[in-house]
Amino acid sequence: MNCFSVKNLNLHYGEMHALIDIHFDMKYREITALIGPSGCGKSTFLRTLNRMNDLVEGCRVEGSVRLFDEDIYTMPDVSMLRKRVGMVFQKPNPFPMSVFDNVAYGPRTHGVRSRQELEMIVEKSLRDAAIWDEVKDRLKKPAMSLSGGQQQRLCIARALAVSPEVLLLDEPTSALDPLSTAKIEELLRELRSKYSVVIVTHNMQQAAHISDKTAFFLLGELVEQGDTKELFENPRDERTAEYISVKVSAPQAACAAPVDIPARLAG
Amino acid sequence: MRGVFFVAALASVFAVGMICVFLLGSGIPTIKEIGVANFLLGTDWSPSNVPPSFGILPMIVGSIIVTFGAVVIGVPIGILSAVYLANSCPSRLYRFLKPGVDLLAGIPSVVYGFFGMAALVPLFDSSMLSASILLGIMILPTIITLSETSLRAVPGELYEGAVALGARHYRSVFGVVLPAAKSGVIAAVVLGLGRAIGETMAVIMVAGNQPRMPEGLLEGVRTMTANIVLEMGYASGIHRQALIATGATLFIFILLIDLSVPLITRGHSGSRLLRLLGRARKGAAT
Repeated sequence: MNCFSVKNLNLHYGEMHALIDIHFDMKYREITALIGPSGCGKSTFLRTLNRMNDLVEGCRVEGSVRLFDEDIYTMPDVSMLRKRVGMVFQKPNPFPMSVFDNVAYGPRTHGVRSRQELEMIVEKSLRDAAIWDEVKDRLKKPAMSLSGGQQQRLCIARALAVSPEVLLLDEPTSALDPLSTAKIEELLRELRSKYSVVIVTHNMQQAAHISDKTAFFLLGELVEQGDTKELFENPRDERTAEYISVKVSAPQAACAAPVDIPARLAG
Repeated sequence: MRGVFFVAALASVFAVGMICVFLLGSGIPTIKEIGVANFLLGTDWSPSNVPPSFGILPMIVGSIIVTFGAVVIGVPIGILSAVYLANSCPSRLYRFLKPGVDLLAGIPSVVYGFFGMAALVPLFDSSMLSASILLGIMILPTIITLSETSLRAVPGELYEGAVALGARHYRSVFGVVLPAAKSGVIAAVVLGLGRAIGETMAVIMVAGNQPRMPEGLLEGVRTMTANIVLEMGYASGIHRQALIATGATLFIFILLIDLSVPLITRGHSGSRLLRLLGRARKGAAT
């Protein structure tokens, strides 16, 4: 079953044609990585999937984006869409309130009032985001007092607390140190069994490591989409091949993590 | 060269110091002479009686009630305006609303007074209510401008985070953005409070100025500031001293208000207040 199915998607910011004729499919409970150079439209595309682009003045979207066969751009209630399609941002953005209230914000927004139920949801979400053990004794402490990596996992827990069907992550580790990054990557690998995930990343190793499918964006176009392994080993499009070879041989990528992509490419 | 900057920086501290010395230096001995209880708790202000009586409790109560009334009227309107200007206002409308607010800040208080005499006094007489409404309007620009600035300083990611969880616009703004701006908003309210308690001219023109205990919102009232201005012109001797002591009392009130700002913003009472407001709002909605 297709979780997301996007056809003929075009997006304009005023005069700028930011997404050009995108076709994109994503299966239920799969992790799809969106890769590509900065400004290629991958974050913009991600934000069409929960209509966050609606907040941008002068942004026009054409084409169809279907979530389980429902066109999300004709849905009467955007908040319900955003409840079903959660989002985690590049910079950790905990709310200026306690750890508990952060996670409970979503459920409360959607009408959960009972203290008991909230406590259950908060604990489960924090466990799913692999941060429960670190914060269980400081649920009443301000979320701002957590470290950057913990804040980002808290934001993931906050997104999970409204039980979304899909989770969108916009470069969730780019503002974090390598250790926190590793923790979040591990967490994402665990989430793949429960959630459908779309993740934007600059980091090829990350894409190769955690995703089932990968989509390569360039200058507003979706150049190629396929199985991650396939796309990295045998890219069909030469633009993909060029981008991947440059990225993995670039010094910062090479020393970031000794993963087996260069070897795979060589083989 | 650095010395010049230092002296410039010192000037305002020096001025405050001099005001302190003058007011408290001549006010406190007078209060002692009249008797602390007679002065602060006395309800009879009859400076020309023999013997005279200098009780300023009616004026203290008047100042407090009129200021409180101004806050009750001005703070909700001011904060809601600031939220609208900072988070919801289309830019075309903003270009029209913002200068309006700025203009309000620049109007001399005597002009406010005329407005009050023409528009409020016919409806509510010269009374505490008229003074409260007028002061509520006068503190709007202070509250709006400062609250808007602190609301705009809240990173957009917080708002996006709330919206991405499925919260609607106003829930995101009141539940996340406003609490994030709370220290600035509280500072704005306190500054507005200071402005209201210190306002003189506009209050004199609409408050009635009877130096007696007010018994209802539609009764006339005399504030501490009004007391000083109305009688300073002809007062002499102990009467004059008593007016200066009234000024000293007012000054102490203002000091207390200013000193409370860091206490309130540091503690949690601010967020508790906002949570209470949120609950009240929810209660009203259901």
